[in-house]
Amino acid sequence: MATRHDTAALPLEEGGAAPGRPPADSVPDDKEQRRRARLSRRWQRDMRWSPYAFVSPFFLLFLAFGLFPLVYTGWASLHTVELTDPTDMQWAGMRNYTRIFDDDFFWNAAKNTLTIGIISTVPQLAMAMGLAHILNYKLRASTFYRVVMLAPYATSIAAASLVFVLLFGRDYGMINWALHFVGVDAIDWQNDKWPSQIAVSSIVIWRWTGYNALIYLAAMQAIPQDLYESAALDGASRWKQFLHVTLPSLRPTILFTVVVSTIGASQVFGEPLLFDANKGASGGAEHQFQTLGLYLYEQGWVNMHLGRASAIAWTMFLILIVIGIVNYVISRRLRASS
Amino acid sequence: MTTTLTKPAADAGSPPPKRVRRPKSARAGGQMHAGPIAYVILALFTIGSLLPLVWTAIAASRDNQRLAQTPPPFWFGGNLFHNLDIAWNDANLGEAFINTTFVAGVSALTIVFLSTIAGFAFAKLRFRGRGAMMLIVIGTMMVPPQLSVIPLYMMVAKLDWTDQLQAVILPSLVSAFGVFFMRQYLIQALPDEIIEAARVDGASSWRVVWHVVFPAARPAMAVLGMLMFVQTWNDFLWPFLVLTQNGNPTVQVAVAQLGRGYTPDQSLIMAGALLGTLPLLIVFAIFGKQIVGGIMQGAVKG
Repeated sequence: MATRHDTAALPLEEGGAAPGRPPADSVPDDKEQRRRARLSRRWQRDMRWSPYAFVSPFFLLFLAFGLFPLVYTGWASLHTVELTDPTDMQWAGMRNYTRIFDDDFFWNAAKNTLTIGIISTVPQLAMAMGLAHILNYKLRASTFYRVVMLAPYATSIAAASLVFVLLFGRDYGMINWALHFVGVDAIDWQNDKWPSQIAVSSIVIWRWTGYNALIYLAAMQAIPQDLYESAALDGASRWKQFLHVTLPSLRPTILFTVVVSTIGASQVFGEPLLFDANKGASGGAEHQFQTLGLYLYEQGWVNMHLGRASAIAWTMFLILIVIGIVNYVISRRLRASS
Repeated sequence: MTTTLTKPAADAGSPPPKRVRRPKSARAGGQMHAGPIAYVILALFTIGSLLPLVWTAIAASRDNQRLAQTPPPFWFGGNLFHNLDIAWNDANLGEAFINTTFVAGVSALTIVFLSTIAGFAFAKLRFRGRGAMMLIVIGTMMVPPQLSVIPLYMMVAKLDWTDQLQAVILPSLVSAFGVFFMRQYLIQALPDEIIEAARVDGASSWRVVWHVVFPAARPAMAVLGMLMFVQTWNDFLWPFLVLTQNGNPTVQVAVAQLGRGYTPDQSLIMAGALLGTLPLLIVFAIFGKQIVGGIMQGAVKG
């Protein structure tokens, strides 16, 4: 619609500048007329092209550092490329991809990414929702709580991971020390599969819960108050109001956070890398918390197979596209049903 | 807030108090006062959010032996400045701070400038392909940066930019979020009439940007700048790949390397983590309210 309006408007402006049309008050001399024509030409050029000038830096940067690398990753994934000489590319066809399908480490990393993604995202968003609900009450010092909830977001992955390694220490960590009061024996948070995945997820949860709570809170504050009033007049309890007024109104926001968290979960890298600094890229002694992002790094920068790492990257991309489509279909269904 | 408080009281004049109370209790969603349980839960979340940070400082103020004993320390020891001093020198943190401040500052300022002009074009100017271009911008937000890391690394290797700061700065300038954020803000905050008035006065598009758009966008630009500064400051994967400990590390790269020794000194690692986090925590303590407001503003319109 915008473009149509645009094409319709242009001839009108030209007509305004055309010499055939008599001016309203006085007849301008030749010079004045030429000056006006020149100004109006410059004006038109300005109106027409400056929008493109304004958006072009973004798109140029995106082409150079976003789109080109993405496409080139696909190209590199069809080659054998080694980190030692990245310019030497040997055609490999689909070999990197077929290799992935037989690669136990890839599937292990894919499973870990999925489980760590679920363990970190579901409780995180649920807690954020509850927290937002409480922050939406009238509170004393409400700004204080909001800023405090955001403090983990200001903490870097590197710093947070290093601290959590100590907190989750098997022998001297604070968490095992606290658990021994309730009769739990020391848990090996680094070497056992599920404890290690929970520990890595907890770093993600800690950093992002407050941020998501603020997003939910903002959406909650935009819900019109009379929706609650009429629900209450119908005799809905507070819990029912939350279920039937708050949650449906937050649907787009929830979908937004789910998409963002899914993308974030698919790329978890720094937390598992630093959670066992000695094992580094292998993600624990038995790869028990190696994520896809970490496996990509291991293939590319430890084993130096950039071609294979590219194939992993593109497989991740395709998986994300599938998730995106599923998400889109679900959200359309939800919208249609409401 | 005060208006909602006084409203029931004003109505209370004629009808019996019972009828007033009912709609008041109906305000469960928005305006209810928090009960003690809510405060207890908030206190728990506050402790959960702050404990790892405070404990970082506690651990940094002890020594390695104390951290290898079984009730972990709960209060500060006397070793803080000693550890901070060693961590600062060992991890080359002085240089890392200068590097990171430069990288995050340049990135944030550039992103804010480019996002504001692009956001203004998308919000207020009509041009062919606007809708399609905006869709592309939103689409790029969905593509994880990790996927582009390999060719970017090849580019950097080819240009001999390893260990150089521009290798970190340039790729960080692509911020679809920034464009989207500024567009959403300017749609609301910049009335069409002001632009029209400037146009009637003969202002070119660039003059409009300088004299109308930038002043109107200033609050959102400040918020976006802070968010981008935090993001670039904390960025880990890409700087970790192209910068090394001995050549121009950022703070995150330097701090991550602290844990890599054969017998890692935990209190030193914590001192490094503390130093790496402290500047941003100070920024949050000062501008926390604005940052919170900015995130919430971006959320509603997004």
